[in-house]
Amino acid sequence: MDKIDAIVVGGGLAGLSAAYKLADAGKQVILLERGDAPGSKNVTGGRIYVGPIRKYLPGIIDAAPFERHVVKEMITVLDDAGAVSFEYANAKWRQEPYMSYTVLRAKFDSWFADQAAARGAFIIPRKKVEDLLWEDGKVAGIRSGAEEIGAHVVIAADGALSFMAQKAGMRGAHKPGDLAVAVKEIYQLDRKIIEDRFGLEGDEGAAGLYMGSLTRGMFGGGFLYTNQDTLSLGLVIGIHQLALNESGLDAPSLMESFTARPEVARYIRGGELKEYSAHIISEAGIGTMPKLVRDGMLIAGDAAGFALNLGLTVRGMEFAVASGVLAAETAIEALNKNDTSAGALAGYEKRLKESFVLPDMETFRNAREVLDNKRLFTVYPRFICEMFDELFTISDRPKEGLYTSAKRVAKKYVLNMDTIKDLLAARKL
Amino acid sequence: MTKKVEEKIALNAIKNDVKSHIQLNQAICAGCRERMCVKVCPAHLYSKNEETGEMVVEYAGCLECGTCLVACTYGSIVWDYPSGEYGVQYRYG
Repeated sequence: MDKIDAIVVGGGLAGLSAAYKLADAGKQVILLERGDAPGSKNVTGGRIYVGPIRKYLPGIIDAAPFERHVVKEMITVLDDAGAVSFEYANAKWRQEPYMSYTVLRAKFDSWFADQAAARGAFIIPRKKVEDLLWEDGKVAGIRSGAEEIGAHVVIAADGALSFMAQKAGMRGAHKPGDLAVAVKEIYQLDRKIIEDRFGLEGDEGAAGLYMGSLTRGMFGGGFLYTNQDTLSLGLVIGIHQLALNESGLDAPSLMESFTARPEVARYIRGGELKEYSAHIISEAGIGTMPKLVRDGMLIAGDAAGFALNLGLTVRGMEFAVASGVLAAETAIEALNKNDTSAGALAGYEKRLKESFVLPDMETFRNAREVLDNKRLFTVYPRFICEMFDELFTISDRPKEGLYTSAKRVAKKYVLNMDTIKDLLAARKL
Repeated sequence: MTKKVEEKIALNAIKNDVKSHIQLNQAICAGCRERMCVKVCPAHLYSKNEETGEMVVEYAGCLECGTCLVACTYGSIVWDYPSGEYGVQYRYG
C-alpha cells in the first residue's frame, strides 16, 4: 500500500497542533475531521491558559481569535436558597502577556485549521474515520467509508471518547466514574451589556465558577465565561453519580434549575439562547491514562485522557496543544529515521515527561479522589451559607452572640471527624 | 421564559441522517431498572414507550457527547458517531 507520512484523526486542538507541526516540518499530513469544519463537533467550557503553550505554537497563540482575556475570577457557593459570592482579581491579569482567554471552539479551531492548511497540511472535513488499517501488527493507516489511506504514522486525536484508542487496544471501555458530562448554553447579549454586567472594560473577561446545591450533592459544578458578545454557561456532573441518582434527576432539568438561580439568571437576563451543547470530560487523571504509543500510532489530547480538574481550575486545551505538538515532533524524528515502530516512537512519553503535561498530571494524581467527596458538594456549601445567614439575619428574637452563633453552626457541620479526614485528604492535592 | 430541552435543541444546527447512529438491545433494556440513559442524556432522547414497554431513543437531537454509552454499564447501547456530513454542527462550541 502507498503510504503518506502521517494521518491525524480529529480536528480538535491536539490534532490541529500535530498537523500544523508536521506540515511545518515539510511532512505530508492528512487530517480527517468528521464535522463540516474543524471545531464544529468541539465544545469547551470556555477558557484556555496560554502561558504553558505559547512556546509550543509561536505565532499561533498570540494571533488566535480568542474572545476575552480573563481579569477576574468569580466564585459562588450555593445552598438551596442562599449564596455566598466572592471575586478575585489582580492588576497583573490586566497586563500583557495575558494568562488566560475565553474561547469559542467553532471559531478558534476553524481559524487554526486554516493556519495548518497554509503550512501545507491537508485538512479534510466531513470524513469520519471508521477503522484503523493494520500491517503485521502495526497500525498502517485508516479507513473512512470505502476509502483507505495508508500512513507511516497515525496520530489519534479523536477526543475523550476515542474509539481509535479502543480499536488499537490501547485502552479498555470507559467507566462512568472516570468521566463527567458537561451541558452548555450560549447566550447572545450586546457586548456593552456584558461589560457593564460584569464590570469589564474593552476586551476584558470574567470567569465564574459555581458549586454547591446546583449538583444536588453530586460531583460537579457550574461555569460561566464572558465571550465577545455571548456568555458560555454550563454545568458539569459526574456521569456515575448522575446515572445512579435515586432522586430521578436528569441532566436537562439540573441545567434548567441552575440557569433559573438568581445568581445565574442576573447575568443571562435578556440574552438570546443560541446553542445547546454537551461533551464528556475525563476526570480520572493520570491513573487511567491509556497506552500512549504503539507501532505506527500515537495518542494525543483528550483521547489520551489529558485533562485536569482541580475544582477552581479546569484544564484540558493546554494539554491538547502541547501533546499534539510533542506527538508531531516525535513522529517527525521517527519519519526522518524511516522507523515508526513503537520503539522509535517511545520518545513521545519522554517528551511529555519533560513538558508540563505529565508532571502536572502526576502532581495532581489524587485530585479526583479528593474532589470526589459528597461533602464538598453538600456539607461545606451549606456550612458557608448558613454561617453568613446567621451573621446577617436580624429577626424578632434577641440576637445571640456572634461567636455563639458561629460555634453552633460550625458544630452542626464541620466540627467532626469527617472534616478532619477531609482536611487530611486535602494534603494530597 | 425558560425553554424546554426540545426547544433548546431546535436552536442547534443539525443535519439528520435517515438511519440512527444509536442502537439498543431491548433484551438488555428489559432487565434494567436504573434507566441510566434517561438520567444522563443532556438532550433527553431516551424514554420508555409505555405501550410496548420498550426503550426508545430519538437519535435526531443527539449532541454526540457519548454520555449514554459511558453510563450504560449493561452494554445495551451500540453507539457510533453519525457518518461525515451528518449530526450536530456547533456554531459556537
